[in-house]
Amino acid sequence: MTKNGSSEFRLVGTRPNRPDGLDKVTGRARYGADASMPGMLHGAVVRSPHAHARIVKIDTSKAEALPGVKGVVTRADFPTGLTGEDWDLQENTMAGEKALYDGHAVAAVAATSPLLAQEAARLIEVEYEVLPHVIDVDDAIKPDAPAIRPGAADHSVPEGSPPNVVRYLEFGHGDIEAGFAEADLVMENTYKTEATHQGYIEPHACVGQLGADGKGEMWVCTQGQWYIRRMCAAVLGIEAAQLRVTPSEIGGGFGGKTTIFMEPLSLALSRKAGGKPVKIVMSRSEVLRATGPTASASMDVKIGMKKDGTITAGYANFRMQGGAFPGAPVDMALYCAFAGYKLANVKHVGYDVLANRPKCAAYRAPGSPMGAFAVESLVDEMARKLGLDPLDVRLKNAVREGDKASYGPTFGSIGLVETLEAAKAHPNLKAPLGPNQGRGVACGYWFNHGGETSVSMAIGEDGTATVSVGTPDIGGGRASIALMVAETLGIDYDDVRVNVVETGALGVNEPTHGSRATFASGKAAVESTNQAIKEMCRRAAAEWGIDPEAVEWVNGAAQPTSSNAGKFAPMTIKEIAAKMGSTGGPISGHYEGLPSGVGASFGTHVVDVEVDPETGRTTILRYLVVQDAGRAIHPAYVEGQYQGGAVQGIGWALNEAYIYGEDGRLQNPIFLDYRVPVASDLPMIDTVIVEVPNPGHPYGVRGVGETGITPPLPAIANAIEHATGQRIRHLPISPPKLLKAIKSAAPSGPTLQAAE
Amino acid sequence: MSKIHVTTTVNGDEVEFLTDPRETLLDCLRDHLDLTGSKEGCGTGDCGACSVTVDGTLVSSCLMLGVEAEGKKIETIEGMAGKDGELHPLQRKFIEHAALQCGFCTPGFLVASKALLEKNPDPTETEVRYWLAGNLCRCTGYDKIVRAVMDAAAEMRGAA
Ligand code: FES
Ligand code: FES
Repeated sequence: MTKNGSSEFRLVGTRPNRPDGLDKVTGRARYGADASMPGMLHGAVVRSPHAHARIVKIDTSKAEALPGVKGVVTRADFPTGLTGEDWDLQENTMAGEKALYDGHAVAAVAATSPLLAQEAARLIEVEYEVLPHVIDVDDAIKPDAPAIRPGAADHSVPEGSPPNVVRYLEFGHGDIEAGFAEADLVMENTYKTEATHQGYIEPHACVGQLGADGKGEMWVCTQGQWYIRRMCAAVLGIEAAQLRVTPSEIGGGFGGKTTIFMEPLSLALSRKAGGKPVKIVMSRSEVLRATGPTASASMDVKIGMKKDGTITAGYANFRMQGGAFPGAPVDMALYCAFAGYKLANVKHVGYDVLANRPKCAAYRAPGSPMGAFAVESLVDEMARKLGLDPLDVRLKNAVREGDKASYGPTFGSIGLVETLEAAKAHPNLKAPLGPNQGRGVACGYWFNHGGETSVSMAIGEDGTATVSVGTPDIGGGRASIALMVAETLGIDYDDVRVNVVETGALGVNEPTHGSRATFASGKAAVESTNQAIKEMCRRAAAEWGIDPEAVEWVNGAAQPTSSNAGKFAPMTIKEIAAKMGSTGGPISGHYEGLPSGVGASFGTHVVDVEVDPETGRTTILRYLVVQDAGRAIHPAYVEGQYQGGAVQGIGWALNEAYIYGEDGRLQNPIFLDYRVPVASDLPMIDTVIVEVPNPGHPYGVRGVGETGITPPLPAIANAIEHATGQRIRHLPISPPKLLKAIKSAAPSGPTLQAAE
Repeated sequence: MSKIHVTTTVNGDEVEFLTDPRETLLDCLRDHLDLTGSKEGCGTGDCGACSVTVDGTLVSSCLMLGVEAEGKKIETIEGMAGKDGELHPLQRKFIEHAALQCGFCTPGFLVASKALLEKNPDPTETEVRYWLAGNLCRCTGYDKIVRAVMDAAAEMRGAA
């Protein structure tokens, strides 16, 4: 085990094998689709082939007549009268009057085998009246766009707004006009990003069972079993407490598995089929057509800058569509857009717009990558124009502890400056660049999150510890929590077992989202452990006949302090545990609450690219991620988050996009056409873990999962301009798009600048 | 549709199953033989999560029909460790290098990497990256996977 950075800890900062490693390299780990139950049926879903259509009639008779079919459900099988978000969830689960996007579920069937269920689904006849649709956000916000859901706008939307605007926000501080007047250079541009999918390799899968008595169970791959429980209960009109949800191992989520899609359908089908369990496993094309991609964005940004790089004012006007439902993360995008800059004058305006696309779900730092693409691109364009170093411009304006954030609050301890300085010092910045090569930098931000948390830990009779957490382990969370508990207790890492438990075992937990598992469940686990330690000290004190306050916990043992120091030999955790049955019973600790003290995380990325002038293809030559972790509990998994986030961002910048036809149908619903980065596209991803400890966490953790996806979008666009002289303001920067820009800029053939 | 009887060898054991001729080898492994270690990430041959070897050749089991397994020798992730449970060096190195996050792609990467090292015990980084280009991982950015494969190769060559 190699230690990282400080050695003030015995275990925190080391890299032990993860507790679930063996199961995962042997194929034993059980994911969503790996469970079966006795008497289990298989479900299949009928989906709309139209982007926008009135459902005239659904005829299920032929399907129901097929031997082996045990149940069919349509919206008629769901309760009515839901409102707000619950109605949105129900409508997205199963279309009501209208199909709102290509892939929207309209019926579902359960049968004795998956093939039979698919056959039955094909026998369900749906009559549609096709309606005009709208896909692109700039089209959707037009006053004459087809109205998707009249009446869906909330109170924030000004009177007379276009029909698909459902939310409006405006905030800022200072006087931007005065700020622009102070500037030596004012620039304004429009930027666009396309919808991308989280692209977890495991498709959604569940087995649901619901009886006529309203009691049910579910096995499901999810980031949050309590969210599944609450949402399914709401959509089906059952009691949350009667539904027991067990999370499987999860094959990636990135925010996309924090909500429901087909889960209520399995329960509804089960209820229809006399309570038999029903398994539903989505195909990849169902995942791409009908689960949450991210939003697409169209963004205007205006910035004023002085000759020395000081930013005098910033203005952002963002339009985002998140599908046929409210919820595009335009708020988050705006909060994050200027978060790295100390600005006296800043204004933000945002529109959440409906379009005929699937309901967006969270995707790693939702909104932040789009905002960063717009702002970090424009800052780079301006630095270039003024002949300034892009890292120096960021350092000059960087927020520090005590600064007022662009979105209002005052920053506590943050590490943006430290990441910029570490990036500047990194050898990658000295690597020489050849012809057609360029270098780009950009910063990114994520708030991180605490959230509803309930954790329980118990000491075993042999002095080992079991920790029950409610946050599914996506990227090594169990390892980091075990490290912190073992460190706190003074026992071995291998003597702690962390279990991710079902909804009946703990109070409500929010999902593993917001980069919160190691922060929130970790903090809760440490507090639970401290409770157990206190109890063990009390048991030792009772045996010694001294005041419990005069006992402290050192290296896994209770020992007397002050006047009693040395009077009694330390009592180890093993000794205390062995006797617990006769000294007062089980020893455990609990935490329920909303962990405060969240620490935000900034990152700085530096990328070197080479552009092939013949094809427009961009190759990543070098990639550096520098990010503030607060403290890296298990550095290998922190690096893994940095690397994985960066590569998702690289895909977003260069390849990935939802492509729709004129008919409003998704044209690339398989991995062949929705191309995520593969191993041969990439170099090693270099990482630097900056540690500016978060004072709000016992070990200084900030949360590291999300920030890393944010900087690659602008950093790559910036590097491409450096390599080619072409500024691309609309992602993805695919080879044909870049080639066209290169060719049109230089009709006599490309003249690429050799970077210095 | 009437089912077909298939006899085949999986991880050294002779097995039999009845399959609908529309079912893939992956369906048969998972649903009829309870070997759920091979995963379906796409069903279209694009992600490699279902990688197995058939008579020594690396295939996407989602692209092969179950009936085609008749008389073949199939190796899956479940057969990779020794009988006594001793891990293959690739499995050990994947754990040591933290080459998995969610782990869903891991069985496919391990089976594909083993096939690579049998053909080419001393691959360059570029050779590893191109061989594994048919396996998608959305979590790791591939860095640690490539390192784990290179390190396992070195160990297996006795060069570690
Ligand atoms: S499931 Fe076979 S290649 Fe993806
Ligand atoms: S570890 Fe999650 S897909 Fe590879």
